[in-house]
Amino acid sequence: MALTRRYLHLLRPVFSARLLTTASTSPISIETSLPFTGHNIDPPSRSVQTSPHELLSFFRDMALMRRMEIAADSLYKAKLIRGFCHLYDGQEAVAIGMEAAITRKDCIITAYRDHCLFLGRGGTLLEAFAELMGRKDGCSKGKGGSMHFYKKESGFYGGHGIVGAQIPLGCGLAFAQKYSKDDNVTFMMYGDGAANQGQLFEALNMAALWDLPAILVCENNHYGMGTAEWRAAKSPSYFKRGDYVPGLKVDGMDALAVKQACKFAKEHALKNGPIILEMDTYRYHGHSMSDPGSTYRTRDEISGIRQERDPVERIRKLILAHDLATEKEMKDTEKEIRKEVDEAIAKAKEIPSPDPAELFTNVYVKGLGVEAFGADRKELRAVLP
Amino acid sequence: MLGILRQRVAAKFNYALNFEQGIGSVALRAFSSSANKMTVRDAINSALDEEMSADPKVFMMGEEVGEYQGAYKITKGLLDKYGPQRVVDTPITEAGFTGIGVGAAYHGLRPVVEFMTFNFSMQAIDHIINSAAKSNYMSSGQISVPIVFRGPNGAASGVGAQHSQCFAAWFGSCPGLKVLVPYSAEDARGLLKAAIRDPDPVVFLENELLYGESFPVSAETLDSSFCVPIGKAKIEREGKDVTIVAYSKMVGFSLQAADILAKEGINAEVINLRSIRPLDRSTINTSVRKTNRIVTVEEGFPQHGVGAEICATVVEDSFEYLDAPVERIAGADVPTPYAANIERMAFPQVEDIVRAAKRACYRSR
Repeated sequence: MALTRRYLHLLRPVFSARLLTTASTSPISIETSLPFTGHNIDPPSRSVQTSPHELLSFFRDMALMRRMEIAADSLYKAKLIRGFCHLYDGQEAVAIGMEAAITRKDCIITAYRDHCLFLGRGGTLLEAFAELMGRKDGCSKGKGGSMHFYKKESGFYGGHGIVGAQIPLGCGLAFAQKYSKDDNVTFMMYGDGAANQGQLFEALNMAALWDLPAILVCENNHYGMGTAEWRAAKSPSYFKRGDYVPGLKVDGMDALAVKQACKFAKEHALKNGPIILEMDTYRYHGHSMSDPGSTYRTRDEISGIRQERDPVERIRKLILAHDLATEKEMKDTEKEIRKEVDEAIAKAKEIPSPDPAELFTNVYVKGLGVEAFGADRKELRAVLP
Repeated sequence: MLGILRQRVAAKFNYALNFEQGIGSVALRAFSSSANKMTVRDAINSALDEEMSADPKVFMMGEEVGEYQGAYKITKGLLDKYGPQRVVDTPITEAGFTGIGVGAAYHGLRPVVEFMTFNFSMQAIDHIINSAAKSNYMSSGQISVPIVFRGPNGAASGVGAQHSQCFAAWFGSCPGLKVLVPYSAEDARGLLKAAIRDPDPVVFLENELLYGESFPVSAETLDSSFCVPIGKAKIEREGKDVTIVAYSKMVGFSLQAADILAKEGINAEVINLRSIRPLDRSTINTSVRKTNRIVTVEEGFPQHGVGAEICATVVEDSFEYLDAPVERIAGADVPTPYAANIERMAFPQVEDIVRAAKRACYRSR
């Protein structure tokens, strides 16, 4: 995976690095934990082709994402991250499985729970932490914040704060891909909360009408902020809500199932137009850092999922079962990851805030030499180039 | 004075002519009325046609833009010429298709999204503001949005409250958007071509009642490379006693008012804003410093309107030059009624502009 290759040169030679470089790419076939359920479509096989290299990199990448989100939690409590912070821990398998099935020419667009998807698209820890802390070398130069990460050159279109808006935008990306005849697809991610948005159905209708290569991915973590799915949706079978658009229900805690589903969906979308994937997943944190996440669900439920369905643990067990690495090697990998994350945070803390002149940059691509004003226009004004 | 006017006109048209020669030929062309006339409708249609021809990334989407030839026949002939992939008929789902347009712009296409009227843009306003206007800033330059939102804005005639609102002030307040308000055929052609070529999101507010009006156009206007610079107002009529600032249909009313005022010895200068955002504060203030009196005219609601911003800018930058308070003529503070007599009272008429100009000149009670 590109993620881990990026960091290889930073690592001292320890087992996991050697493990990854020497791990074979010879195929292993693994059954998904649960079968897929189809709506107006025959689901793909439960048998997924993978390799030792892929499984080890799944483990490393998901552990890295997990560690990043937990570190962000601490930074938020230390008031180094301000405003909103929506964490993805528990949902890593969706980001990782998807990346394994697609290329950087395919597009991904999501809402505000975007840190791990950014990492999956090739974003670095440093860019992520710097952005979260509002520093000038953040991925959006400190001007976006947690909800507005982007990486256009890798096909990551953000990072959007308005619930549901990303779906018509994603269908627009798919429209452009079809217009340009470039044989790629767009994955647009949304939650069970956004699934009830009218604009989703407006965009889905057009995507189906025009056969756009659009894949709608509902990351169903069962709670729209504090509202459980059964309190918000008359029909919480989100994969069926497309009616005339086929859908697939997937165990979103199983990275291999996610990979299989995304591969299947990409093939479908290129030939037949839109498809909906419902990923049955879970977030350990509350909706955001201002939500403890325990007023609308029990601690037993959360710890139950952690014990039974945790995506990182599932891969760890698979690796052990197939003898691809030892317990100690995996623990060492996790230690390295902790160190990487800590180093990235330390480096990010050194980065200064944006220069005050940045207040007025990028308002337009072409500012036409117009004046923009600060709070006191007799005191602060700038010419937009 | 006239020399400066001509110089500004020449500069705007980007003539690569010798200065003195240029002045002479500009004046000649601008006033040869019988030579070329064009309706605003044809101006917009030809601008769309030429820009679609020049750049394969430009495409149109909206309700009835294709097979119906456009609800107001603005997009007539474009479907036949460019095909359904580039002239896209949408279902009646503004939020959906506006979002799709913005997403296509994120990916590098250059959409022209039509709202049948801007009243319907309210259903899509989240995408215009949050998805389009703010993206370049939030992404620090990574995600630019080269999109144009166009359609008729403001009052028509007898269409009632939900179909008559002017949105210039609302869109004009938003950083990240450019907001254009053409009046003449030359404005419509030049500003639309500039808007489509502009890399930022542009809101292009037309006027239904102007579509059928004919204006003289120079040979330069008809050239396929013709553009009008965004953010520069045009002085339609030079004067020295009072400045009247207007946009869109109100420019026509203001010119009529100026003719009436001239008979009473008041020489009014009429400014056609052309652009709400960026607002050409420089042209407005230069004019006020010359005439010392100003009347703003708009069709939109008065509170927090375009006239309010013009008043603020004039008070901030040219206070010592004002010999009278700023006069504001605007739509009435009511939802638009249907009955013709009270609908007429809900929007500025020529006599309102004349009266306000006289007040500014201390020539009335």
